[in-house]
Amino acid sequence: MNLAQTRIGLIVTIEHVAGEGSFRRRLMELGLVPGTQVEVLGVAPLGDPLELLVRGASLSIRKAEAEGITVTVGEAGATARVNPGRAGKPSVAPSSFARTLP
Amino acid sequence: MVLVGNPNTGKTTLFNRLTGQNARSGNYPGVTVERRSGELRLPAPGAGRAVEIVDVPGAYSLSARSSEEQIALSAVLGLGENPRPDLCIVVLDAGQLARNLYLVMQLIELRVPLVIALNMIDEVVDNPPSAPELSRFLGVPCVPTDARHGAGVDQLERTLATALDSPPLSPLELRYPEALERDLSSVASALPASWQESAARSRALSLWALTSIEADDELVGIDPALREHCLAVREGARARDIDQEVIATRYALIDAELPRLYRRLDAHPPKRKNSERVDRVLLHPVFGFAIFVALMLMMFQALFSWSDPAIRVIEAGTSGAARLIEMYAPPGILRDLVTKGVIGGVGNVVVFLPQILLLFFCIGLLEDSGYMARVAFLMDRVMKALGLHGRAFVPMLSGFACAVPAILATRTMERQRDRLLTMLVVPLMTCSARLPVYTLIIGALFPPTHVFGFVPVQGLLMVAMYLFSTLITLIAAGVLGRTAVKGRRIPLILELPPYRMPSLLGTVRMMLQRAGSFLREAGTVILVLTILLWGLLSFPRPSTPTESAALPVTIHQKVNANGAVPAEPAVAPPTAIEQSFGGRLGKAIEPALRPLGFDWKIGVGLIGAFAAREVFVSTLGLVYGIGDTGDDTAPLREKIRAERRNGVRAYSPLMGLSLMVFFALSCQCMSTLTVVYRETRSLYWPAFMFAYMTSLAYVASFLVYQGGRLLGF
Repeated sequence: MNLAQTRIGLIVTIEHVAGEGSFRRRLMELGLVPGTQVEVLGVAPLGDPLELLVRGASLSIRKAEAEGITVTVGEAGATARVNPGRAGKPSVAPSSFARTLP
Repeated sequence: MVLVGNPNTGKTTLFNRLTGQNARSGNYPGVTVERRSGELRLPAPGAGRAVEIVDVPGAYSLSARSSEEQIALSAVLGLGENPRPDLCIVVLDAGQLARNLYLVMQLIELRVPLVIALNMIDEVVDNPPSAPELSRFLGVPCVPTDARHGAGVDQLERTLATALDSPPLSPLELRYPEALERDLSSVASALPASWQESAARSRALSLWALTSIEADDELVGIDPALREHCLAVREGARARDIDQEVIATRYALIDAELPRLYRRLDAHPPKRKNSERVDRVLLHPVFGFAIFVALMLMMFQALFSWSDPAIRVIEAGTSGAARLIEMYAPPGILRDLVTKGVIGGVGNVVVFLPQILLLFFCIGLLEDSGYMARVAFLMDRVMKALGLHGRAFVPMLSGFACAVPAILATRTMERQRDRLLTMLVVPLMTCSARLPVYTLIIGALFPPTHVFGFVPVQGLLMVAMYLFSTLITLIAAGVLGRTAVKGRRIPLILELPPYRMPSLLGTVRMMLQRAGSFLREAGTVILVLTILLWGLLSFPRPSTPTESAALPVTIHQKVNANGAVPAEPAVAPPTAIEQSFGGRLGKAIEPALRPLGFDWKIGVGLIGAFAAREVFVSTLGLVYGIGDTGDDTAPLREKIRAERRNGVRAYSPLMGLSLMVFFALSCQCMSTLTVVYRETRSLYWPAFMFAYMTSLAYVASFLVYQGGRLLGF
């Protein structure tokens, strides 16, 4: 299903963010990356926009844009991206980044 | 030093704390975005050193799509005409670290010296993130602060002083998938020489370029070779998803660190929970909307009527001062210049202050508490249909009172294009200055009869004018949004910040600052224009001693002097205003005004109205030789009704309608134009506004008058 089809209170995990270009990038930079857990907080009186809880912060996007975000219902699983609002085990493939510290 | 951070992190509050009273306002080179800078005197070590702190507009990420979004990058790196900062202070919201840290990752990659201010620490007392842990993770100093109440600011200043001597550079490195790393090296070779400083920075700038440059972006100053190269790389990487690779990698690093930063990860940030509860009510489809409507009405009422007493005081003050001068100074040009020109001009400026102060006070409270974002949220659907942004609602609503504060209020809107569009259509709304004109015309030319037996014609006309102007505003927004102020319509992303108690001190301070900048910037121009206009309507002085503009003689005085009502002369002696440049101009444009049903007298009135719409009434008074009309427009009404041309009634109700339509749509307010000039920092937009509104007014007026004539009115 896509994000526009969700209802208040639902917790979903992002599968894929469709579209291209700067808007898609902005959505992802704000935390809507595949694997992220999202809670649907609300829908505005006239149906538009949607209020979401992403990584502990709130975000509102229009239904039209939410339609491009595919999600699966349920909390993020083994490849969870942690959200300080929900318990979850972080486990990220170490090959995707490396850090060096003194 | 530059101050960066996400929006709504209390950056401006911290800026005010650090710089105190001496903040200055300017512009970023090349864009109409406000640049605020101030001075901070650092404590030991090296006590007494003064640093300039620049407040960079809030940004979630450095990647950019337009010239205004590029500001963050340019300010942080000292690109273009921006000065090179020594240090970058990043303000984070302690309760929303995950998203805030994304920007920090980008800054670290760019090898910018950083000091972190972990702000709003007072809101997360329950489960605060650990500043030492964050400092260890990032490798740069991290100071907990509460800018609102001042906690931690001293420590921050001390940290800044130390950091200035040995700039903290984070040793953190991110590595991306192999293919992307190859792309980055490739792009790095195409970077302009001025951008190539170190291997690390070049790599980071390549990342920026790859995630910002697009075929149809609105960036400025991008080297064509770089642009071409980036687009080619993107083409070649079609099968991959560069954006996702970059963003996911950064967030993966952040996510992995979060458990170490917070004591408990399962706790819902407390302020979020309460905010959510409040939002269930305030954003409720029925109650929320009702509360919203009530609040907006209250604000509107305040703007409309509460500023009235203050405005009266100001008007009384100016006329009192003018009378004082008239009493003691010898009559002559100099006295008139001072009373009508200078004092009148100052009065013209100061009279806006009550509404500006009131509006910004309301806006300050709305913004600070977080409710403004909800306003944008609630109105979004409606505003979207008009091509406007949800945040345009408050400025447009206040446009019903006066366009000048409304235009100033568009500063709350982030995108240049949205701001511009709102600024251009706000003056179409029926501002309170048009009311005296409508009242005069309706009273003079329309009968006090009733339609359908009980609906007063005069009242109906007033309401009709309001509806008409609102409709035209919406249509204009739609049209202009697609033509003159085109811009890729960025889909809406709104952040609803947690609710906070608004800081009264901060709001008052902001309000005074805005009023001050209005006085300094627009005020001076308005004063000069007033004097010029007075000159236009007063020179050349009449050769014969007729009623002069300086000493208006009222009808009552005439009666008293003679002891009887003087017979109306067949041809009224030319008034001083007729002989002035303004008067001659009015006569010169008369042929253009005839198709609208106007004559040269109305023309002169229109010229005078340029100072302020309500001046139309007093200028007409001068034209008809009535002089200082004050609040009693009865004599003027009589004169207008009695006006004859070739023996027939010169002004018909149809002409009155045509005139009102003209007034509704034309840009008769030089203060509005001045403020638009100041806000857009260019002469083009006020000129455009004047041109389009005047054409619109002319055409509409023409259609009304000629159409009415055709229909037999």
